[in-house]
Amino acid sequence: MNEVLMEILNLSKHFILDTNLFGKPTIVLKAVDDVSFTINKGEAFGLVGESGCGKTTLGKILVNLHSPTHGKIVFEGKELTALNDKQRRSYCKDIQMIFQDPYGSLNPRMTVGDIIAEPIIINQLLPANKVEERVIYLLNCVGLAQHQRNRYPHEFSGGQRQRVGIARALAVEPKLIVCDEAVSALDVSIQAQVLNLLVDLKKEFGLTYLFIAHGLNVVKHISDRVGVMYLGKMVEITSKRELYSNPLHPYTQALLSAIPIMNPEKKKERIILKGDVPSPINPPAGCRFCSRCFKELDQCKLKEPLLKQVSPNHWVACHLFE
Amino acid sequence: MLMEVKALSTEFKLKRGTVRAVDDISFTIDEGEILAIVGESGSGKSVTALSIMGLLQNPGRIAGGEILFKSQDLNKLSQKELQKIRGNRISMIFQEPMTSLNPVWRIKDQIMESIMTHMKVSQKEALARTIEMLDTVGIPSPAERANDYPHQMSGGMRQRVMTAMALSCGPDLLIADEPTTALDVTIQAQILELLYRMREKFGMAVLLITHDLGVVSEAADRVIVMYCGKIVEEADVKSLFARPLHPYTVGLLQSIPQIDDESDEPLYMIKGMVPNPLRMPRGCPFSDRCDRCLERCSQEMPKLQDVDGHKVRCFLYDVVSEGGHAQNE
Repeated sequence: MNEVLMEILNLSKHFILDTNLFGKPTIVLKAVDDVSFTINKGEAFGLVGESGCGKTTLGKILVNLHSPTHGKIVFEGKELTALNDKQRRSYCKDIQMIFQDPYGSLNPRMTVGDIIAEPIIINQLLPANKVEERVIYLLNCVGLAQHQRNRYPHEFSGGQRQRVGIARALAVEPKLIVCDEAVSALDVSIQAQVLNLLVDLKKEFGLTYLFIAHGLNVVKHISDRVGVMYLGKMVEITSKRELYSNPLHPYTQALLSAIPIMNPEKKKERIILKGDVPSPINPPAGCRFCSRCFKELDQCKLKEPLLKQVSPNHWVACHLFE
Repeated sequence: MLMEVKALSTEFKLKRGTVRAVDDISFTIDEGEILAIVGESGSGKSVTALSIMGLLQNPGRIAGGEILFKSQDLNKLSQKELQKIRGNRISMIFQEPMTSLNPVWRIKDQIMESIMTHMKVSQKEALARTIEMLDTVGIPSPAERANDYPHQMSGGMRQRVMTAMALSCGPDLLIADEPTTALDVTIQAQILELLYRMREKFGMAVLLITHDLGVVSEAADRVIVMYCGKIVEEADVKSLFARPLHPYTVGLLQSIPQIDDESDEPLYMIKGMVPNPLRMPRGCPFSDRCDRCLERCSQEMPKLQDVDGHKVRCFLYDVVSEGGHAQNE
C-alpha cells in the first residue's frame, strides 16, 4: 500500500511581479515555497489551506500548467522536472486535473462527447472508430446517460458539468488526479453525489487523488492523509485520524475550531485568529504564521521553523515541537 | 413583532414563461432575533431578501402579498418613502464585499453618505460616527483606514466595512445575504462573531440568508428551510437540528460530511436535482427526489402545518388526512 507514486522535493514557484531596469526581479510573490511531501499509490492526499496559500499553484505545477522555479517532482521513479518538453508531455496523461469551476473549465462550443473524446484523440489511445464507444462508457461511469453526449455544456447543471470534467480526466486512464476544489462550487445535495462518485471511481480504477480543498469536512471525508498549507509553506502533514484528533500546529488547531458544527446545543470554545492572512509578497520574517499565532514564542519571529517529524506519521513545522 | 411577511410571491416574467421564484411565503421576525433562511441555489432565499428591500430588478416583480414592517406595508410605499426606511431602519449586507462597495470612493465617504442621508448631522459628526463604527466592527487604526479605497482592504475587512455601513444608522433589521460565503473559514468565524456581538450591542434583528447549515446552527435562533420558492420547514434552531421533519431537511443534514464522523461510509445522497423552475412538478416540489414519496405527493401540494410548534410542509405529518388515508386502505 505504501508504495510511493509521486515525490515532491523542495518545490517552489515564484512569480516575478516587477523587475528593475536591468531585468532583476524586485517584487517576487512566493506562491509555493520549498514544499516537500510524497503521495502514495492508491491514497487520497488532501491539501487544505485558505485562499492564497498556494494550494492551487501546487496542483497546477503537478499537471505541468506551471513550471516550478526550484525543486523536483519524481513520478514513478522518473524525475519529471529534468525532462524536456517533449518527454514531459508523455507523462501528462498520467496526471490529470479536475477544476474548481464547472462553468469555466468546459469549452462552450464543443459537445460534451467531443470534450471527452478530445484527450483520447490527442493522445492517440484508440482507433477512431472505437472512440465513441469509450465516450459512452465514460459517461456511464460518471452517471450520465449516453444520449447526453450530443449536448453542449450550457444544457447541464453545475453537478452534471463537474461529472463531465471527471469523465474527461478519466478518459486517458490517469494514475493521479488532482482535484482542485472539485466540489466547492456545488450545492450541498449535489456535493454529496459528486464526492461519492469520486470515492467509487477511486476504488474502481485504482486511482490516486491529490484532493485540494478549503472545506476541512470535505477533505476529511475523502482523504487518507492531509497536508495543511499556510502562505506557500506546508505546516503540517499527517494521517487524517491524527490530524483531526491531535492537531499540533496552532494554525491547524484554529482552522479546525473555525468550522461551524451542526449541533446548536453544543457551543464549542472557538479559537478566533486575529487579523488576516498576510500578503505572500512580503511574508512575515521567521514563522509565517507568527503574526496571527496565539502561542507565539520569542524565537518565532527570528527563525523559520522546519517541517520535522514528531511521531512516525506526523510532521509539523512549529517551534513548539522542537 | 418587527416584521410580518404575508403570502409574499415574487415572479420573473421571461419569454419562455413565468418563474415564480418566491411562492406564497409567510413568516415573522421578532425584535432582536436572528432568523435564518437556508436553501440551495435557486430556492428563492435571496429573492425574498430583495423583495423585502424593494430592490427587485426588471423583470422581477412582487406578484402578491404584504411585507409589514412595524405594521406598514413596504410594498405599498413609494420609492421616496421606501428610501427613508431602506439603509436606515432596514439595511443589508451582501455576499460579495468587493462588488457591493464603490471602488472609486473612499471608505469613509461611502459610510458618511448613508449617515448623512438618514440622520440630521453635520459632516464632522458624520465622520466621527464613521470612525466610531469602523472601530466597533474591529478595523485596526480606524481613523487612518477610513481614507482607504476598497481595493486596499482584504475580503474580511471589506465585509467589516459593509457591516459598519449597514449598522451606521442603528437599523432595527439587518438583512445579511450570504455574508460569509466568499470568505475563508478563519475569517468566517471572525465575521459571525462580529454579527453576534453587534446584535448584543445594538439589539437589532437579523435575517440571515445562507446555504450553509453549519453557519445556521452557530448563529440562528430560528430557521426557515426553503425549497423551490416554498417554505418547507420552520422551527427554532435546536429542534430543527435535533428533530428535522421534512425529508429534504433530513437529507441535507445527512449529506454534509461531519467533522466528528469517524466512519468511512458513503455519504447520504439526495438523488436527482432541483426541478426546472419553468417546469415545476404538480404536487410537492421535492416529490421526485424524495425517498419517502407517497402517491398523493405528486398530485397535490401539501400545506405548511404545525407539529408542536415546528412547521413542516409534508404529507407524512398530515394529521387530518392521516385519518382519511386510513379510510382508503
